[in-house]
Amino acid sequence: MTDTVLSIRNLTLALPKGADRRYAAENVTYDVAKGEIMCVVGESGSGKSMAANAVMGLLPKGVRPTDGEILFHGEDLLKLDEKRHRELRGLRIGMIFQEPMTALNPLMRAGDQIAEVFEAHGLYNAKERQQKALSLLEEVGIPQPEKAIRAYPFELSGGQRQRVMIAMALALEPELLIADEPTTALDVTTQAQILELIRDLQQRRNMAVMFITHDFGVVAEIATRVCVMRLGKVVELGLASDILGNPQHEYTRSLIDAIPSNAVPPARDVRDPAPLLEVRQLNKVFRSRGGLFKPSREVVALNDVSFTLDRGETVGIVGESGSGKSTMGRCVVRLERPDSGELLLDGVNLSALKGDALRRERKRVQMVFQDPYASLNPRTRVGLAIAQGPIANGVPRQEALKQAGDLLDLVGLGAAAAERFPHEFSGGQRQRIGIARALALNPELIVADEAVSALDVSIQAQILELLEDLKRKLSLSLLFITHDLRVAAQVCDRIIVMQHGRIVEQGTAQEVFLSPREAYTRELLDAIPGRAHEAAAV
Amino acid sequence: MSFFARFAQNRGALIGLIILALIIAMAILAPLLFPESPWRMVQRPFLPPFEVDGFVLGTDTMGRNVAAGLMHGAWVSLLIGLVSTSVALIIGVPLGAVAGYYGGLVDDALMRFTEFFQTIPNFALAIVLVAIMQPSVTSIVLAIAIVSWPPVARLVRAEFMSLRNREYVEAARLVGQGNTTIILKQILPNTLSPIIVLASLMVATAILLESALSFLGLGDPNVMSWGYMIGAARTVIRQAWWLSFFPGMAILLTVLALNLVGEGLDDALNPKLARERQ
Repeated sequence: MTDTVLSIRNLTLALPKGADRRYAAENVTYDVAKGEIMCVVGESGSGKSMAANAVMGLLPKGVRPTDGEILFHGEDLLKLDEKRHRELRGLRIGMIFQEPMTALNPLMRAGDQIAEVFEAHGLYNAKERQQKALSLLEEVGIPQPEKAIRAYPFELSGGQRQRVMIAMALALEPELLIADEPTTALDVTTQAQILELIRDLQQRRNMAVMFITHDFGVVAEIATRVCVMRLGKVVELGLASDILGNPQHEYTRSLIDAIPSNAVPPARDVRDPAPLLEVRQLNKVFRSRGGLFKPSREVVALNDVSFTLDRGETVGIVGESGSGKSTMGRCVVRLERPDSGELLLDGVNLSALKGDALRRERKRVQMVFQDPYASLNPRTRVGLAIAQGPIANGVPRQEALKQAGDLLDLVGLGAAAAERFPHEFSGGQRQRIGIARALALNPELIVADEAVSALDVSIQAQILELLEDLKRKLSLSLLFITHDLRVAAQVCDRIIVMQHGRIVEQGTAQEVFLSPREAYTRELLDAIPGRAHEAAAV
Repeated sequence: MSFFARFAQNRGALIGLIILALIIAMAILAPLLFPESPWRMVQRPFLPPFEVDGFVLGTDTMGRNVAAGLMHGAWVSLLIGLVSTSVALIIGVPLGAVAGYYGGLVDDALMRFTEFFQTIPNFALAIVLVAIMQPSVTSIVLAIAIVSWPPVARLVRAEFMSLRNREYVEAARLVGQGNTTIILKQILPNTLSPIIVLASLMVATAILLESALSFLGLGDPNVMSWGYMIGAARTVIRQAWWLSFFPGMAILLTVLALNLVGEGLDDALNPKLARERQ
């Protein structure tokens, strides 16, 4: 190939002593050619970002290359000094990151941040830089670029911020663009737009793109070629169509299989259609306290929301960020107090309860949180963390700890885990602990707030299976809150779609997923990455 | 691994502990080695160190034995440093915890109260308090505690504010734990690190504050302290360096030792670090 822009040869990166394995990347070899999008796919800890970091000279402390080379137009990047490397960065290699909020300077206007890229390389004068910035913002499709150029990052939406990041990365017309999970933090509809933008720009400029992701759906959308990584090694490398259509390696196959598919499981008949939870005209408005000179701000999170959840049923609430779906869940467990409306759990109005009465009732509804790293107290042993609920409700300590052991068995971790601290577990294991904690009080209803969205696909599938299994064994009901319509379609009997604090559509999983009535639902469905590929495959 | 074994893995902490033990030994042995009052004049004034047998560290402006003063002073300085810090923590931690956890009006009320103390210069307030209560070890300890708790309350409040909305705290609320349990068992353990660091520095400040009070003649007239020794020697620092040097070194070593021990404690109490070292 004459058009090879970047060529990684036998790259081996050693991790510092005491890490869980010796090499972050081992014998990694792949090329990125002009005009193609190379997708590097892997789960967390697969070392997929490491090679990109090495290309940019941004390896984390302690990680060092021990073997191999990274050739950029024949020049070995590993042997470059810092000065030469800096010249390449930005000028010939651009990079965009996952979190556009933290990657942008919060106190600088968007236009100035783009202009800074030119300034760093000593190009143009101040006025020309601003003009260039404006035309870049136009190119990345920001609405009202004249206004956006004067905007601070917090004034822009997540998708707009990512567009600014892309504009910065493209400012100097690099030949290679590295995108490290650029759409992971975004909503599906925004993600679809950004993916289209990247593909579009790549074609227009005939760039080489190295696209790092964990999501095979995204791969199906944009990849020309794919490199699957696992535990620092390249598992499979080839054309996107080959790998997606006919994966050779078992691991690739398991990854592709783990993606929730488009096929919706047939509706289960609920034996006992007695309502467990009735939500009636729930309203919640968040008010920020105004100051002396600033008016108070109001955000309507829930607007007249009503639905019912039957015993033994799984209801999914789906929506993008800001749709009010999380507020809904937090109201049901009464972490938030609704402004008006009723929350009837078996006839008991939860929304009216306060103080001790609330503490007595609240064990009937428990929650599994989104972030398995933040939801466990780092200084509490796992067994005690699970036992705390029963202890607070009057169960003797010894007995509660014994039950905690049994619960850990039930969620597949083994009773011995009780003596360890949360940081000794992986994300998936922690989520199991979170589930055990929610079960400790024998609740009737479990609210799972984005319970699997922070996990890798293969782990995600395991946790969903566990939830399904427990639900059957313990005859639980589940309120499943997620941004991912496909996951919802897999596990839910009924789905509620929310937008701007209102229910847009509700119905059985099959109805909503296969024949949506509302335009917004269709928009959500169309935005799911990889859908076209799967539709073709089915 | 036992708590001490974890603690001892931090080399610095072990050294700190040894220094602290030596200083406490000094305080205990003082009456045995120097049975006479450290205030007694025993030799000619301004005797440099290592010149006359029995006066290893020389004598001060009035002919008092510096070594005797140093050993007798260890007790008072340590006592004042540790007790006043403990009292300040006892006032500051609960106040900050309640303000940070509950927020709103409770927070406003408690913080205005704290600011009331913060707006008066520390030292001026300490002088007034000691002057009103008559100089004694108790009144000095109290005065120092009263002027040094506001930063503790501020720190603890800030920590509580950032921790109170963590998911694990919400989870604790969900399973029905009461506010007191959540404050004591969920949040407080996670604020320990900064509190320990602040406390070890506060001990140092307290020792220095006592020295400043002594310098103004507001020290307890019956007890010798390092602070008094430095205060009295300040005017003659060019003629007799040793008078401020030795007590100064003693304060420096104590503070260093306390910092090292504090750091070791913090490490040993942090389960994450403890396992990583294994």
